[in-house]
Amino acid sequence: MDSIYQSLAAIVDAEHVSDRPEELYIYSFDLGTAEPHRPDYVVSPETTVQVQEIVRLANRENIPVVPLGGGMSLAGLAVPLRGGILLDLKRMDRIIEVNEKARYAVLECGVSQGQLTSYLERHHPHLTHSEPGAPPAATIVGNVVIHGQGDLAHPYGFNSDMVNGLEVVLPTGEVCSFGSCAVGASWFTNHPMPDVGLFLGWCGTTGIITKLSIRLLPAKRIRGIGRFVVDDEGLVPEIFYKLTHTQMAEDIIAFSSAIPPFASKLQHFTVNIAADSEKELELKQQIIWDDTLGEYIKRGDGAYLGFTRSLERPQISKTSDYKKGGGFEYVGSIMPIEKYPECYRRGREISERHDIPYTVTGRCIGAAHSMMFAWTYAFNRADPKTIEGARNALHETDRLVLELGGVIWKPGTFGQKLVLERLDPNTRDLMKKIKGLLDPKGIMNPGNWEIP
Amino acid sequence: MYELKFDPELCLHCTTQACLTRCQYMEIDGETAQKEILKIARGEDSFVLHECATCYACEEYCTFGNHPYYLIAEKQELLGISPVPRPLIQRAVNLGIPFRGQPEIKEINGPVLNIAAFSELTYLIQGKLFDGVTPISTDERKMFHYFCQLMYLHYGRDSVIKERLPRIIETIAKHKPTEVVCFHDECYGAYTSYCKAHGIDVPFRPVHFYEYLYNRLVELKEMIRPVNLKVAYQRPCSSRLSPDKHLFVGRIFDLIGAESVKREFVDENALCCAGAIEGQKREGSRKGAAMQQQKNVEDMKRAGAEVCVFNCPACFQTLGGTVARNGIKPVHMSDLCRLAIGEIPAGWR
Repeated sequence: MDSIYQSLAAIVDAEHVSDRPEELYIYSFDLGTAEPHRPDYVVSPETTVQVQEIVRLANRENIPVVPLGGGMSLAGLAVPLRGGILLDLKRMDRIIEVNEKARYAVLECGVSQGQLTSYLERHHPHLTHSEPGAPPAATIVGNVVIHGQGDLAHPYGFNSDMVNGLEVVLPTGEVCSFGSCAVGASWFTNHPMPDVGLFLGWCGTTGIITKLSIRLLPAKRIRGIGRFVVDDEGLVPEIFYKLTHTQMAEDIIAFSSAIPPFASKLQHFTVNIAADSEKELELKQQIIWDDTLGEYIKRGDGAYLGFTRSLERPQISKTSDYKKGGGFEYVGSIMPIEKYPECYRRGREISERHDIPYTVTGRCIGAAHSMMFAWTYAFNRADPKTIEGARNALHETDRLVLELGGVIWKPGTFGQKLVLERLDPNTRDLMKKIKGLLDPKGIMNPGNWEIP
Repeated sequence: MYELKFDPELCLHCTTQACLTRCQYMEIDGETAQKEILKIARGEDSFVLHECATCYACEEYCTFGNHPYYLIAEKQELLGISPVPRPLIQRAVNLGIPFRGQPEIKEINGPVLNIAAFSELTYLIQGKLFDGVTPISTDERKMFHYFCQLMYLHYGRDSVIKERLPRIIETIAKHKPTEVVCFHDECYGAYTSYCKAHGIDVPFRPVHFYEYLYNRLVELKEMIRPVNLKVAYQRPCSSRLSPDKHLFVGRIFDLIGAESVKREFVDENALCCAGAIEGQKREGSRKGAAMQQQKNVEDMKRAGAEVCVFNCPACFQTLGGTVARNGIKPVHMSDLCRLAIGEIPAGWR
């Protein structure tokens, strides 16, 4: 038994560390097309102190450390590209505090989206959080680390905009706090402390977030989804614009997909509406469907498809069922809303070239300030040829995002390289300095966001 | 191509013009009604084609069996007068396209129950009531091979039905059924009314779901314990295509001890669920549909209904929530029957 294994076992106990091949195999890949890479050890800490000790050990021994939340990014961001210690953070899953009146929750880094949702439904029914379309096992911290967005992105923006404070273990082992909690106050705000912005969007390459304060939002008694459809993708940007002007919706998504056939070549909108009373609901429905979109209905260009009570999270993962073998990955981007028609058309072309049924989705962020536009590609996990096809389609799409003037969201290593090639040289130098300062030995999630 | 058997002579000699004078959505006197239906028959534009709520009721009101609604739907398409917006038509037409391979045909050589495009509702055809009948179309991936297509009447796309329905019939016939119990009365209406009106051959014997349920309940009479519930029945638009089978609703209720409450909107005067109306192009359709649903449910409440019984899954989906929010339990007819024979209904939530 090697000394690193023994040291890790001494930190977390032998139950929570492994170097067994069958377990290393499980942690060697994610659900997308990224090539697998095995870690040397998997370790599952329970406390911030244990995380600190593991990081110090890694620093001493010069071993890579890769933090893992739910493992749902699909872009290979938690695949241990250079081996080392895979830090599975799921055991750190305590909801430490929910402040009802100030509307925030303080969580450990392993708390999942589903866990927080059910906790709030049970204990704080007037509060909710912006839940992404990822499976419930995705973690809250994992989502903010990649600048994720959820079903309240229209009124409140990116989930990383809702961070009130962080506790971070630096790559050298120190623990830092950010936000009001750093001055001994409660975790109620991130402002007005000087902006250090070192951890969000860095995909675990600058430190390990161990605690997070996230804003909670009002949960209305009735929440449901209204649906609308148009056959001209050119109408989507103006409909986004008009819908956001009403300020009546919680979430606005447009999508189109080749399968099932009813969605093919049409642009469907899902508009989440919330209300505390039937009166409020009807008022909002009237403003959205009759006053705002009524003109499209009357002209015959758009159709109202009804309103269903209760929320159904967007399930891009359904795409995995389109081809035998159950695999899928998507390229996400942050795009100007006006690019929707081109994103749709060019995405269909790429899909058709690679013989993959197309699936595209655009979620409105803010008051149509931008959208997260995603192109999803299905593949057969048991067929390397289809994996290769999907990978090529993903790479083409990465290039398309930049060509259309967007920014790749949570890019994998291929997309990161494209972004870094175009990045302002001074910004790139600053990022390199920051990374070098925080992580002098380059042990944190190496292979990601590496600046030569 | 299949042609509708519609005889304008019958309208000329009709004294009531009930097809349009009884319409619940348009105020039309007898003289205007005759004029408009004949205009439609000649292929001319009529306000009726624009205002039609597509509730199917005129099929029942016409005492000559002259199929005024099939005529309206056919001419709407011919004249390019669509009751719903263009994208909704495209969506609906695409909806019925099978995309998960061919159906697995097994020869049954006995009675079958066709659950059509409602494979996810197989929990509604469980228990003793369904012993001895083999369900088909239980695989969600293949269900559109069994979908009767009649819903395209709501979209003014009669041609889709004519194009696809014969293939559906062929698929069902390949199972070699001795008879086909139709889970949804839209299917029953397709095979007994629409096909007859258009000269489409149906090589099997369709059986209405309620007739089947009634006969099974009679066979299981010893097991029946009165449900002692006050019930309202949500009559679906498609039952207007087989009004001769509507009497089984009352017979079933009598047999299982369900008290049918006295309502204004019942039998021939029933209000449709308004699901087809809310997406129409006419201004105020969404709001109008919501108001009609409320009117319908208020009527159930006034009459003291404890339970609202559905046959059509689309009605259930459209109206079930509103019914429940008004303190009335929505339930499918088969579940109510299962309750009567001491079984726990799967959808009884």
